Amino acid sequence: MSGYRLSAGGLVDRSQTVRFTFDGLPFTGYHGDTLASALLGNGVQVVGRSFKYHRPRGVLTAGSEEPNALVEVLDGAQKTPNVRATVQEIFPGLAAQAQNAWPSRNLDLMAVNDLLSPFLSAGFYYKTFMWPRAFWERLYEPLIRRAAGLGRLSGRHDESRYEKVFAFCDVLVIGSGPAGLMAALAAARSGARVIVADEDARMGGRLLADRPEIDGMPGDLWAAQVLEDLAGMPNVRLMPRTTVVGAHDQGTYAALERVSLHRAAPGDAPREAFWRIVAKRTVLAAGALERGIAFCNNDRPGIMLAGAARAYVHRYGVAPGQRVAVFGTTDSARQTARALQAAGVQVAALIDPREDASTLEDFKVIRGAVVTDTQGRKGLRRVQVRQGSNTFALEADSLLVSGGWNPSVHLACHMNGRPVWDDGIAAFVPKPGAVPGLDACGAAAGRFSTAACLQDGLRAGLAAVADLGLAAPALTAPQAEDGSYDITRLWHVPGKGRAWLDFANDVTVKDVMLSAQEGFRSVEHMKRYTTQGMAPDQGKNSNVAALAVLADATGQTIPGTGTTTFRPPYTPVSIAAMGGGGRASGFAPQRFLTSDAASRERGAPMIEAGLWYRPSYFPRPGETGWEVACDREVRMVRSAVGVCDVSTLGKIDIQGADAGRFLDFVYTNTFSTLPVGKVRYGLMLREDGHVMDDGTTARLGAQHYVMTTTTAAAGQVMRHLDFVAQAHCPDWDVRMISVTEQWAQFAVAGPRARDLLRAVLDDLPDLPFMGCAEVGLYGIRGRLFRISFSGELGFELAVPARFGESLFRDLVGRAETLSGGPYGMEALNVLRIEKGLITHAEIHGRTTAFDIGMAKMVSPKKDCIGKAAAARPGMHGPDREQLVGLRPVQPGQRLTAGAHLFTPGEDVKRENDQGYVTSVGPSPSLGWIGLGFLKNGRARVGEMVRLVDHLRGLDLLCEVCDPVFLDPAGEKLRG
Amino acid sequence: MRIPCPLCGTRDRREFTYYGSEDYANRPAADAPAQAWDDHLHNRDNPCGPTRDLWYHDPCGAWVRVHRDTATHAVHGSDLVAERGQA
Amino acid sequence: MRYSGLRVLTEGLFGNKGWKPAWRDPAPKAQYDAIIIGGGGHGLSTAYYLAKNHGLTNIAVLEKGYLGSGNIGRNTTIVRANYFLQGNSEFYSHSLKLWEGLESELNYNVMHSQRGLINLFHSDGQRDAFVRRGNAMINQGDDAILLDREGVRRHLPYLDFEQTRFPIYGGLLHPRGGTARHDAVAWGYARGADRRGVDLIQNCEVTGIDIENGRVTGVQTTRGAIRAKKVGMVVAGRSSQVAAMAGMRLPIESHVLQAFVTEGLKPVIDHVISFGMGHFYMSQSDKGGLVFGGDLDFYASYAARGNLPIIEHVMEAGMTLMPMIGRAKVLRSWGGIMDMSPDGSPIIDKTPIDGLFVDCGWNYGGFKAVPASGWCMAHLMATGESHPVARRFRLDRFATGHVIDEEGTGSQHNLH
Repeated sequence: MSGYRLSAGGLVDRSQTVRFTFDGLPFTGYHGDTLASALLGNGVQVVGRSFKYHRPRGVLTAGSEEPNALVEVLDGAQKTPNVRATVQEIFPGLAAQAQNAWPSRNLDLMAVNDLLSPFLSAGFYYKTFMWPRAFWERLYEPLIRRAAGLGRLSGRHDESRYEKVFAFCDVLVIGSGPAGLMAALAAARSGARVIVADEDARMGGRLLADRPEIDGMPGDLWAAQVLEDLAGMPNVRLMPRTTVVGAHDQGTYAALERVSLHRAAPGDAPREAFWRIVAKRTVLAAGALERGIAFCNNDRPGIMLAGAARAYVHRYGVAPGQRVAVFGTTDSARQTARALQAAGVQVAALIDPREDASTLEDFKVIRGAVVTDTQGRKGLRRVQVRQGSNTFALEADSLLVSGGWNPSVHLACHMNGRPVWDDGIAAFVPKPGAVPGLDACGAAAGRFSTAACLQDGLRAGLAAVADLGLAAPALTAPQAEDGSYDITRLWHVPGKGRAWLDFANDVTVKDVMLSAQEGFRSVEHMKRYTTQGMAPDQGKNSNVAALAVLADATGQTIPGTGTTTFRPPYTPVSIAAMGGGGRASGFAPQRFLTSDAASRERGAPMIEAGLWYRPSYFPRPGETGWEVACDREVRMVRSAVGVCDVSTLGKIDIQGADAGRFLDFVYTNTFSTLPVGKVRYGLMLREDGHVMDDGTTARLGAQHYVMTTTTAAAGQVMRHLDFVAQAHCPDWDVRMISVTEQWAQFAVAGPRARDLLRAVLDDLPDLPFMGCAEVGLYGIRGRLFRISFSGELGFELAVPARFGESLFRDLVGRAETLSGGPYGMEALNVLRIEKGLITHAEIHGRTTAFDIGMAKMVSPKKDCIGKAAAARPGMHGPDREQLVGLRPVQPGQRLTAGAHLFTPGEDVKRENDQGYVTSVGPSPSLGWIGLGFLKNGRARVGEMVRLVDHLRGLDLLCEVCDPVFLDPAGEKLRG
Repeated sequence: MRIPCPLCGTRDRREFTYYGSEDYANRPAADAPAQAWDDHLHNRDNPCGPTRDLWYHDPCGAWVRVHRDTATHAVHGSDLVAERGQA
Repeated sequence: MRYSGLRVLTEGLFGNKGWKPAWRDPAPKAQYDAIIIGGGGHGLSTAYYLAKNHGLTNIAVLEKGYLGSGNIGRNTTIVRANYFLQGNSEFYSHSLKLWEGLESELNYNVMHSQRGLINLFHSDGQRDAFVRRGNAMINQGDDAILLDREGVRRHLPYLDFEQTRFPIYGGLLHPRGGTARHDAVAWGYARGADRRGVDLIQNCEVTGIDIENGRVTGVQTTRGAIRAKKVGMVVAGRSSQVAAMAGMRLPIESHVLQAFVTEGLKPVIDHVISFGMGHFYMSQSDKGGLVFGGDLDFYASYAARGNLPIIEHVMEAGMTLMPMIGRAKVLRSWGGIMDMSPDGSPIIDKTPIDGLFVDCGWNYGGFKAVPASGWCMAHLMATGESHPVARRFRLDRFATGHVIDEEGTGSQHNLH
């Protein structure tokens, strides 16, 4: 047994006992405990195994930087790996397990790695496992993968709730220790909107762990008073359990709030909330993190950071051991020894490397001494101490270490600013201005005494207030201790065995030295070669010491060696929290046609078309599979009348005196000459000369056009038109707006289209092909266009969207009395392929007007977008693949899109590739037909090509034909 | 990242669609030499530092020329493409 | 010093004292036969193949920072040959073949793992586009298998097949696709080049390119002037700045691409998965972290860091596709600077200046190209002729309209 619960003290609620389990064994703790404090209070020393050597490990810290005490919590789909026991609050029923140990944390067979460590030095895997080659995927890699990794995912969907939130404030204060509280108070009293975020469940920072005296009262009480004051102000939001994890541009900060991870029954509350906080000014008061010292076997269970031990004593009422030794380079160690002594814990000795350290204490002080080694595999038993030339052993079950403190500079470095080395405290501090609007203060800026933190926090708060132009409140910093930070540098105690730097990744001093020996001498090389700092704590506990060791090995200074890059997030953030809302249908908006419900009622399978859902086909009783229904729907359109919702097409209303001129500029062909009441097909190029989109545009009035775009390109075309208008012709009188959502539009196609329309419209105008007119129906006004995407006599009828559903139901019902009905995307596709009409399967961004046989549509009489680039030599000519029709030589054979085309008799290989198939469909009258692109295709009509689809096992001969299979003269649609 | 729309004020980056360098706004004459078109469409100064590039504010439909820095992501200001000065 | 399992054992027994530096740290000479600007993956492989294939060993690689400090150390480590346009197909096919022999070629374990890459599709149209791609891969001599929904389920049972937004129709499996350990590739080529006599000069920034009468004569550096008749610019991420030293303006715009890694987890994902609808892809590293990414941030940037909209979009895509990863925690994010070209394909070509060559425009796909890029750039620099598998990667193809646009998004750098 080692740690134990003190009989009194701490900020836990001893009246509320909490039962939980660890590795299946029942334990109790108190409300306010973390898993780590509760386990320590129960004397549990080994909480997990290390990553590489599977060494037994205990709790090292009392915060989110914990490298050892990572556990799995909960079970089933709720299983959560790599949870910091030092952060996880206990709640009734919490079940936690040690991880990365097999079969258990106390008996881990993988610990054989520890014996093999001479062969597992830094980078050993780059030098072996190369032979035989096939063994990498089959043997070596699976073994390595199984040995590596930490916790396990459940493998099941995470069905929990997560939320994302935007927040805005004048001043964001990160951290609620003495500096953060003073800054918050100053900002809040000025009237600024303030957010205070702290990752701890209880605000107060080190005031809770150290309980320094402030204005004559214990620090935790002072903090509680200030927090109560802040909580009462309407302009202040206090956010405990909220870690600011990233600094991004223009004052945007990412923060993770652990909303209900501490609750047994969260109810409707999300597990976590991911905040995007936009702040005008930010005060970084995130404190500092203590660092260890590298000596042999410095990773044993029972070895803890000195400041963490104070937290366990003061905050949780838990002693880290029965008999503790303390070893440190600053007065932080002495403070710890005093605190433990005061709490009634036996202090074996304070080991202080400083020759002039005071020995006037109630415990033994061994000065000018260092710890050289430790014993006790599953729990510390003995500490080897060297004082001068003497070496002796101390019995202790806990060793508390302090190698100094590193300011939490991380957020200040997220925008590429490197921290600055401060020789006085032997640590890096934030570079002022590295993040615009962010001001570091207190321990985060390297000011460690309580008084300095209070004063610096006040300064930062007042500076933010002044920046914002607000009046400074009358506020002075309270009185507190102002001790000096007298550090002696000690990174590494030389010795024979392994001395750990990065506990989490099992990187030792030897690894860093080996890295330098092998030429990996830059800090980035060292990091990448040894994996130093790449573990879950991202080197928070070890990077600075590793730099110091590297600097030693390479003969450089620490600032000369530099740091690796600080990257978000500050602490790891679950994918679910940042991806909140993405589950199920939440990933992208859903766009529904006004006819959606009516189509679903008819059993139509709905398919995704971009963000839209469109009916695939409308099955009739007894029909099996899409082909039967599609076949019927195509015949229906060709013989009677079909109704299809085409509202997904983009619709852009264009008005102004220069509207026609504008269309002439964005289309390859001419629209200014289009008479009112007429519609024209238009081809639109990108400025790089490739086809952007096609569609019809109708002229509704002298200065009024309405353009349709393809479904896929609607947004792109709108942006493009706005760009052309604003960038290239800002003086023209033309305005445009998307009206896609405002109009529901239905295709009515087939020889009986007029009969259907007559039944619906007040009066069917006698429109010529490509004519348009306003029409009345049911007391409302609509628009009728005589256009066709099927080759049949065809119309499109548009009404304001709110009437779409009822009109669709009406049209379909009436069509059925005419042997017609609705048709879906499959039939629409076959109808258009039969007519050689293209979609984005053909105009896929790589095709030119030349390729699709529309070079003549590029008017020679005027400039247009894309015209100059389309003239480049590579954009046309016989080498290019051109649109053709394809039909199998043997009737009844199936075609597939995505197949490639070859000249019969030539080898099927890339060098001989002649083209590919873009669209295919089963024509009721022609069998399977297809469209495709074929090199010099228009000149090859009548020739045979070989169609090869390896993936679907197809290899057949096709005849190259004109892409228009049916009614090439267009008699039907003009009829 | 936050971008100032001259019409709507400063808004989150997710309200905008990016195009590229302001070169796209300076269209050569129809009969300009091929090199001018190549420069317009493809070749870029691509500065590491101050730049002016084109953003579309989707909610209001304005094309905005943003003055910003590609090295630091600082945003110095913006103007409407339609009203841009030639400085 | 040859690496082997036996050597690891014997060195281990003697305290690992015998390991020698992986490469020398030479001072720059006054003159070389050829200089490669850029000690990233492409520059190092160029140097390696210049020495190995063409016997040019009096050459130097000049690196501003440390070897491998560019995108070779800042990517998602995917190796594949699944392109479908002429020009790309043969090039990446060649690259994959080089990958397959890289460990024995370099005597360095780059951990090339052919675990299989699956591209998911979510509509009939996407399926047909992937079929076209898969057929092109087979026509090229590479491998591809079409999976239906159940086929995908057999490989990736943990995906959310009930997900309603973009249901999984199937996938294209590229069995030879996979991953590799990115840094090791740089180090392996560096060590190999060094062993063949190439001078790898770190902390040596090129500050000027010397040109006389239209011919390159050398470079100015922070460590002095160095003369050479051939200079290769292999500096994706800084291509425009280096080319500007030679008075050139490249068809490149620099963009930031973010990527992410989670804390270590026991094996859970055995493939490389690509979810095109969500612009999301993921694999699991041998160390256990889930390595993943998505789209560009879409604005020109050299900051090597990104912003929240894309971060969140990537996470949302992950939660849509495979919500079992929800409790994995993102440990680190980073951003690489991408040389985005107007058609999404790279450039390996001569420049209008005699003796000056350029290798750039790798968009977000440069990692898998490292072997073939070096192979072809070395061929070009040594012979003056484009290598057959890189002959379409011309600098003037935008002016002539012979673009290689796999995405079909046209002359807008950030859309590829």
